[in-house]
Amino acid sequence: MISKDEVKHIAKLARLELTEKEVEKMQKDLSAILDYFDILKKAPKIQIKTGKAGKNVLRKDEAVERPASLANNLVAQAPDKKDGYVKVKAIL
Amino acid sequence: MDILDLTIKQLHEGFKKKQFTSVDVTKAYLDNIKKSDGKIGAYLAVTEKLALGQAEKADKIISSGKDFPLLCGVPCAIKDNILVEGQQATAASKILENYVAPYDATIIKKLKEQGAVILGKTNLDEFAMGASTENSALKETRNPHDTTRVPGGSSGGSAAAVAAKEACYALGTDTGGSIRQPASFCGVVGLKPTYGAVSRYGLIAFASSLDQAGPLAKTVEDAKIVFDAISGKDPLDATSVEPKILNLKFEIKNLKIGVPKEYFGKGIDKDVEKIIKDAIEKAKTAGAKIVPISLPSTDYALACYYIIAPSEASANLARYDGIKYGLSKPADALLDVYLKSRGVGFGAEVKRRIMIGTYALSSGYYDAYYKKAQEVRELIRQDFKKAFDKVDVIFGPVSPFPAFKIGEKGSDPLSMYLADIYTVSANLAGVPALSIPAGGIPSGSGKLPIGLQIIGNYFEENKVLSIAGEMEKMLQLI
Repeated sequence: MISKDEVKHIAKLARLELTEKEVEKMQKDLSAILDYFDILKKAPKIQIKTGKAGKNVLRKDEAVERPASLANNLVAQAPDKKDGYVKVKAIL
Repeated sequence: MDILDLTIKQLHEGFKKKQFTSVDVTKAYLDNIKKSDGKIGAYLAVTEKLALGQAEKADKIISSGKDFPLLCGVPCAIKDNILVEGQQATAASKILENYVAPYDATIIKKLKEQGAVILGKTNLDEFAMGASTENSALKETRNPHDTTRVPGGSSGGSAAAVAAKEACYALGTDTGGSIRQPASFCGVVGLKPTYGAVSRYGLIAFASSLDQAGPLAKTVEDAKIVFDAISGKDPLDATSVEPKILNLKFEIKNLKIGVPKEYFGKGIDKDVEKIIKDAIEKAKTAGAKIVPISLPSTDYALACYYIIAPSEASANLARYDGIKYGLSKPADALLDVYLKSRGVGFGAEVKRRIMIGTYALSSGYYDAYYKKAQEVRELIRQDFKKAFDKVDVIFGPVSPFPAFKIGEKGSDPLSMYLADIYTVSANLAGVPALSIPAGGIPSGSGKLPIGLQIIGNYFEENKVLSIAGEMEKMLQLI
């Protein structure tokens, strides 16, 4: 069983605000799910060759012409914007 | 003749012979949506204006007398986690409830180039996380074969739309079974292509190493037409590839069909088992060689999936920050904007998966969970590799049980996860897999459909589809 404090710590890392009730339910659900994961301990051990998983696919480093409407459409979706820019809160 | 019963090819022939226009067909579908979707709830949005405009355009192409593409003028439904420019794309989440797609997904672009008609956006489990569409934050979808039951998920709206004749075909996405399982529950054909066969550009990302888009259709032939239209390399998705086209003829009598013993273990419904075994018997009668095989890592697949998919989801869903787009809850500090927007915007299952993923990737637990799951994923890949050295395709069930009652698995997330037991392996390995209706279990006044799963080797969709086409005739359900 994972503790309530652990649940709160993970929620903070995940940037999720949870109510006290949600924390309780999450504690129960996560514990059951993590217990279920124990089955993997029985799986045979293998070595995965790291770095051989696939090959890199790169595009050319060049500007691609896209319609001007795309930028407008994207900015239009921002909850807070000004003069075609997305407004962000001060970080410091 | 009911226009709503016609397949893509039949509509195409009808357009050619001027028996009806695309506007006629589109109106027939829109009328049926108005009539029956109140009961089914397949659509989150009906894009009537867009559909009629596209139908008029298609009719112009058709009446020009030149050859026109198979999907030209044919009305379809699109899962609401696939972007259609200018239309909502909610992923059935409160956090994207008012989001309007700024561009077309590549697969939508490809459909539009063929002259397709888009009827609307279909319901799903929030961010495609679920097996019943009950996790939708916006709407309840019911199974057209029994409205007290779920349509499956997460592409439940797309499957229900095709089954209820509210679309000729639909697009869905499949991360752990989300096309095949609702196809099975609703009695339609559903194909999850090989990872990389279809571009993911413009799909709302859930788990990027597992997600694939594919068709839900009335027949195998229709599924193939749609797959051919949407597949291929896309410069905007670096994981997409140009498949080697194998235009060979496959006949079931020359093929070896593997039947994994692990897919008929404890937990499978007796009636489901009988329907699948009967279908295998039919393939045998047709001359196929049935080969008992073993996929020994099947027992670990579900745990492996429920570590990898949530881990990737926890990273992918970090983009919902209340700043760039989507729901935003005002607060004084930036961190509180994140916490509150995400706390209010995400539903219970999405939060659960973000939490599991964050836990599995966090310092001190990474090796025990994420790294271990990656190792097991390699074991699962090797299982399929070894199996396909011996057999052409694999037959098995899609789901251990038929469509269940709405609310039946609500409070216990693990029991819902078990619905994915036979489908997640194909995503983990990246191989193509398809569901076709194989029979039904009597229930009330009707029957609950059961799907047969056909799993193929990498990029052998054509083989899977050929065999499925022959099985479809033998099973004679259409």
